[in-house]
Amino acid sequence: MISAHLPILQVIVPLIAAPLSAFCRRAGVAWYLSLVICAVSFAISIALLIQVLEEGHISYLLGSWAAPWGIEYRVDVVNAFVLMIISGIGTAVLPYARTSIAAEIEPHNQALFYTAYLLCLTGLLGMVITGDAFNAFVFLEISSLSTYALVALGAGTDRRALSAAYTYLVMGTIGATFFVIGIGLVYMMTGTLNMADLAARLQGLEHNRTVLVAFAFIVTGIGLKLALFPMHLWLPNAYAFAPSAVTVFLAATATKAAVYLLLRFLFTVFGIDYHILGLTMTWLFTPLALAAMFAASTVAIFQVELKRMLAYSSVAQIGYMVLGMSFLSVTGLTATIIHLFNHALMKGALFMVLGAIVLRQGAATFNTIRGLGRKMPWTMAAFVTGGLSLIGVPLTVGFVSKWYLVAAALESGRWPLAVLIVLSSLLAVIYVWRVVEAAYLEEPPADSKATEAPLSMLVPTWILIAANIYFGVDAGLTSRIASAGARLLLGVAQ
Amino acid sequence: MSGSTLLVLSLLMPLAGAVLIGLAGRSPNLREAVTMTTAAALFAIVIALLMRFNAGPAPEVMLQEVMPGLKLALKIEPLGMMFAVIASGLWIVNSIYSIGYMRGNKEKNQTRFYICFAIAIMSAIGVAFSANMFTLFVFYEVLSISTYPLVAHKQTPEAKASGRTYLGLLLGTSIGLMMVAIIWTWVATGTLDFTKGGILEGKVSGALAPLLLALYVCGIGKAALMPVHRWLPAAMVAPTPVSALLHAVAVVKAGVFTVMKVAVYIFGVDFLAKTGAATWLMWLAAFSLLAASIVALGKSNLKARLAYSTVSQLSYVTLGAALATSMGVMGGSMQIAMHAMGKITLFFCAGAIYTATHKTEIPDMDGLGRAMPFTYGAFLIGALSIIGLPPMGGSWSKWYLLIATADTGQLVMMLVLMVSSLLNVAYLLPIVGRGFFAGSDAPPAHGAVHAAGAAPAPDTRLRAIKEAPLFCVLPPCLTAAGCIALFFYADSLYRLLEPITRP
Amino acid sequence: MEFKDAFGLFNYWIVIVLMMTGLYIVVSRGNLVKKIVGLNIFQTSVFLLYISMGKVTGGTAPILTGKPEVFSNPLPHVLILTAIVVGIATTALGLALVVRIKNAYNSIEEDEIQKLDLAAENEVDEPGARP
Repeated sequence: MISAHLPILQVIVPLIAAPLSAFCRRAGVAWYLSLVICAVSFAISIALLIQVLEEGHISYLLGSWAAPWGIEYRVDVVNAFVLMIISGIGTAVLPYARTSIAAEIEPHNQALFYTAYLLCLTGLLGMVITGDAFNAFVFLEISSLSTYALVALGAGTDRRALSAAYTYLVMGTIGATFFVIGIGLVYMMTGTLNMADLAARLQGLEHNRTVLVAFAFIVTGIGLKLALFPMHLWLPNAYAFAPSAVTVFLAATATKAAVYLLLRFLFTVFGIDYHILGLTMTWLFTPLALAAMFAASTVAIFQVELKRMLAYSSVAQIGYMVLGMSFLSVTGLTATIIHLFNHALMKGALFMVLGAIVLRQGAATFNTIRGLGRKMPWTMAAFVTGGLSLIGVPLTVGFVSKWYLVAAALESGRWPLAVLIVLSSLLAVIYVWRVVEAAYLEEPPADSKATEAPLSMLVPTWILIAANIYFGVDAGLTSRIASAGARLLLGVAQ
Repeated sequence: MSGSTLLVLSLLMPLAGAVLIGLAGRSPNLREAVTMTTAAALFAIVIALLMRFNAGPAPEVMLQEVMPGLKLALKIEPLGMMFAVIASGLWIVNSIYSIGYMRGNKEKNQTRFYICFAIAIMSAIGVAFSANMFTLFVFYEVLSISTYPLVAHKQTPEAKASGRTYLGLLLGTSIGLMMVAIIWTWVATGTLDFTKGGILEGKVSGALAPLLLALYVCGIGKAALMPVHRWLPAAMVAPTPVSALLHAVAVVKAGVFTVMKVAVYIFGVDFLAKTGAATWLMWLAAFSLLAASIVALGKSNLKARLAYSTVSQLSYVTLGAALATSMGVMGGSMQIAMHAMGKITLFFCAGAIYTATHKTEIPDMDGLGRAMPFTYGAFLIGALSIIGLPPMGGSWSKWYLLIATADTGQLVMMLVLMVSSLLNVAYLLPIVGRGFFAGSDAPPAHGAVHAAGAAPAPDTRLRAIKEAPLFCVLPPCLTAAGCIALFFYADSLYRLLEPITRP
Repeated sequence: MEFKDAFGLFNYWIVIVLMMTGLYIVVSRGNLVKKIVGLNIFQTSVFLLYISMGKVTGGTAPILTGKPEVFSNPLPHVLILTAIVVGIATTALGLALVVRIKNAYNSIEEDEIQKLDLAAENEVDEPGARP
C-alpha cells in the first residue's frame, strides 16, 4: 500500500517536517528530526530506484487527476538515480552539520537552519521527481529560496555571505523567470505542461518560432541555475561564504538537480531529433564546456581561499557534465550521468574536509593549512584521497567519469576533445597539489594549536571518501544505471 | 597454495608490510625488521611463482571488474616474471642498504620513507603481473604517487620543486597521453588484454598506428625517453636508496617494461614491423641514447651523472622494442635485468661515498678509492657491466641488440650502439680512475681541496675517511657479484624470455 | 504587419517593454532595493504573459452555469497565482537580505559594498598567504 505512494512521500515527508523543525526551539531536537527525515527519504529513494530498475518507470498521479491534466510524478532510472544522490548526500551531511553548524551559526538561528535545509531538500527532490514542467519551476523556486537563506546564514562568521546570497538571489530569480517564460511559451503552443505529453505534442512544431524561443529561454534559465560558464558568477561567492555544511550540501546536490533538469528538457521534452539540438551542442555547449573546464580550473589555481578554489573547480566539473551531453551519444550521456554521482561524492568529501579545517582553524586558506598534515592527519588524508579522485586517478570515481568522457570523445572521432579533457584535468593536479604541499611539506606555525577534527565530522567525511574508492573500484552498478539512463534519454533500446 | 593465491599474496604482502611498518613506527629496530621480513617473504613468493610458472600453465587471477569489461586482473608472462624477480630480489638488498644509509645520515621521517617504499614495491609487482593494460595503468599511477613523498622526502624548497617536476611530468604524461592511448585502444578493439601478437592488427589503420604509439611512448614518462626525461634527474634529490632501487630499478624499469609490453602485446612485433609504426621511435631512442650520454659527460654531480646514464641506458630498451624483431625484443628485455643490477650497484656506491664523506661532486672524490676499496671495486664492476664488457651481465643485452641491428640492416643504429658504449666508458671509468689514482700524490690543484680550506693536508684528510658502515658497503658488493653472475647464468634468463620472441 | 495585428499583440508589447525595463533596472542600478524593484517588474511581465495567453476572445470566467459558453483558459491564472506567491517570497527574502546588508555594511550601494569586500579580501591575501 505504502509502496504505491513512495513518489509523493519522497517529497512530502521533508516538506511536512520543515515547519515542524521550525517549531523546535532547540537545535538538537530539530537536528534529530531532520536526520530521521533525511534517512527516511534516502530509504524511499533507494526503494524507488530498486523498483524502477526492476519494473521500468513509475507514474504517480497526484490526487488521482489523470495526466496530462493533473500533475504526474514520473520516476525512471535517470531521476531515481539523481533522487538517490540528493537524499543520500542530504543524509550524510546532517551528522556532519551538527558540530559545524553549532560553531558557525548563532544559536537562535540553528533550528531555522534545519527548516531551510529540509525545504531545500524538498525543492531539489521535487524538481527531480516531477513530470510536470510548471511543477518543476515551483520546486526549483522552493529550493532556490531556501538556498538563498542558507547561504545568508554564513553571515554569522563573515558578512560577505549576505552580499553573496543577494547576488545569488538576483541571478537565480532571473534564471528561474527565464525558465518559466520558456515553459509559458511551450504551453502557449501545446496547451500542456506534462513533460511526456509536451514531448508528443511538440512533434511537428519543430520549426515553430515560438518553440524555438522557448527552447532558448529554457536552456538559458537552467544554464544560470547550473552555473554553466559564463553564467557561473554567483557560484564561487555563494559556496565560499555559506556555512560549511551548506557548501557541502549545495556543491554535491544543487547543480546536480539543475543538470538533471537540463537533461530532461533537452532529451525528453525537446527530444534528440529536435533540429537545433545538435547545433546547440556543437556550437554552444561544447565551447562553453571547454571554456569552463579551462578558465575555471585556471582561476582555481590562483585562489587563496580553499572553499573558493573548490567552487571554481565545481564550475569546471560542470563543464565536464555539459561536455558529456554535447556528444549526443550513449557513452557521452553515461559520462554525464555517472559524473553527477561521482562529482557529488568527491566534492562532498572535499568540502567536508574544508569545513573541518574551518572549525579548527577559523578559516581554510593556504595560510591556515600549513603543516596540517601532521596536526590533522585523518582530515588531510581525506583531502588527498578526494583530491586524487578529483584529478581522476584510477581506482577512484573521478577516473570512471573521465574514462567515459574520453571514450565518448574518441568514439565520436573528436580526438582533440579527448586531449583537451585530459589536459584540463591536469590543471586539477596543480591546485590539488598546492594544498598537499602546504599541508605536508611545510612546517606548522610554532604556536599552532590545531587538533584533529571531531569524529562527528570525520566519520561522514570518510564515508564519502570510502564511497569515492568503492565506486571507483567497482563501478559496475553505477555505470549500468548511468548507461541505462543514457539509453532511456536517447530513446535507444536497452 | 594455488598460483592465483600466490599472485594475490604478492600484492598483499608488501601492502601488509606497509601497514605493519606504520604500526611499528615507534621502534626503529622492529620497523626495519618488518621491512626485511616483508622483503624476504615477497621474494619467496615471487620465486614460488617463478617455479610454478616454469612448471605449468601461467597462474592468473581476476581481482575485480571495475567497469563493464574493464578488469583488474593479474597474469604471469615471462617479461613480467623477470621484472618481478628483479624488483623483489633487489628490494631485500636495498632494505639492508636503506638501514645503513638512513641511519648513517640521520634522515627524518623514516617511517614514512619505509611505508612509501613498500607501497612502491607493491605497485611495481602489480605492474609486472598485470594481465591487461588497464591494470598496468592503475599500478603505474599508484607507483607515481607513492614515490612522490620519497622524492620530496627532505622537504627543502629544492626537494619540493623536484617533487613538483617529478609528479607533474609523470602524472601529466600518463593521464594526459597514455590514458588517451588506452581509451583509444579500448574504443577501437574492445579489449585491453595483453595478447601475444598484439590486439591492434586490423583495428587501427597503419597511418594512425604511429600516432597511437607516440601517445603510448610519450605517455609512459617513466621510460624517461627524451623529451620526457626531466623528472629523472629531478628525482635524484631523494635519499640514495630511493635513487638506487626506484630510480634505477623499479620506477624506470616499470616504464621501459610498459613500453616493451605495449610493443609486444598491444601492437605486436609483426604489426609494428609491417606498418613501420616504430621507425620514428627507433630514431628518437637513438637520439635519446646518445644525447643523454653526452649530457652525462658534462655532469659533475655523481648522482646527476648516473641519472643521465640511466636515461641513456633506458633508451636501449626502447630501441630494442622499436627495432621490432625478436632479437631486439630479447636484447631490450635482457637490458631491463642487466641494467638494473649494474645501475643499482653504482647508486649504492654513490650513497656509500656520501654516507662516508658527504661528498656529492665527482671532482671532490679524488683518491677516495684508496680509502674505500670495496665501494670503488663494486663501482668498477657495475660500471663495466653498464658499458657492456664481459664478463659482466651487461654484455649480453648489448650483444643481442647488436645482432638485432644487424638483422634489420640498421647499420646506423649499430654505429649508435658502438658510439654509446664509448661514451659510457668516457663518463663512468674516470670516476673510478680518479678514485684510485688521482688525488693525494698530486699537488692539491683541484677545487675540492680549496673547498676543504681549513682541512689539513690531503693525505691526513683521506686517512680520516673510512669505508661507510657495513650495511652500506655489503649491498653494492652483493649486486656487483650479481653483475658477474648474470653473465654466466644469462642462459636461464634467455630461456625464460624466449617465449615472447616467438610469434 | 498591419497596424491592427500589431495592436492585437498589444499585451505582448507591454510584456516585452516591462521585461526589458525590469532587466535593465536589475543590471544598471547599484542600489540594492532598486534592483529588487527591477526584479519585481521583470517578474510581473511574466505574469502578464501567462494571463494574456489564457484569454479566449469572447470568453467569460469558467464558471459552470449549464449554458454552453466560451470560457477563458483558467489554468494560466492558477499557475500565475503560484508564481505571484513565489515572487512575493523572493521579494520578501531579498528585502530581508538588504536589511541585513544595511546592518552589516551600513550601506546598500553595490559599489560601496564591493569596496568593503575587496578591502577584507586584501587582508586575507597578505604577503605570505600564497605559498
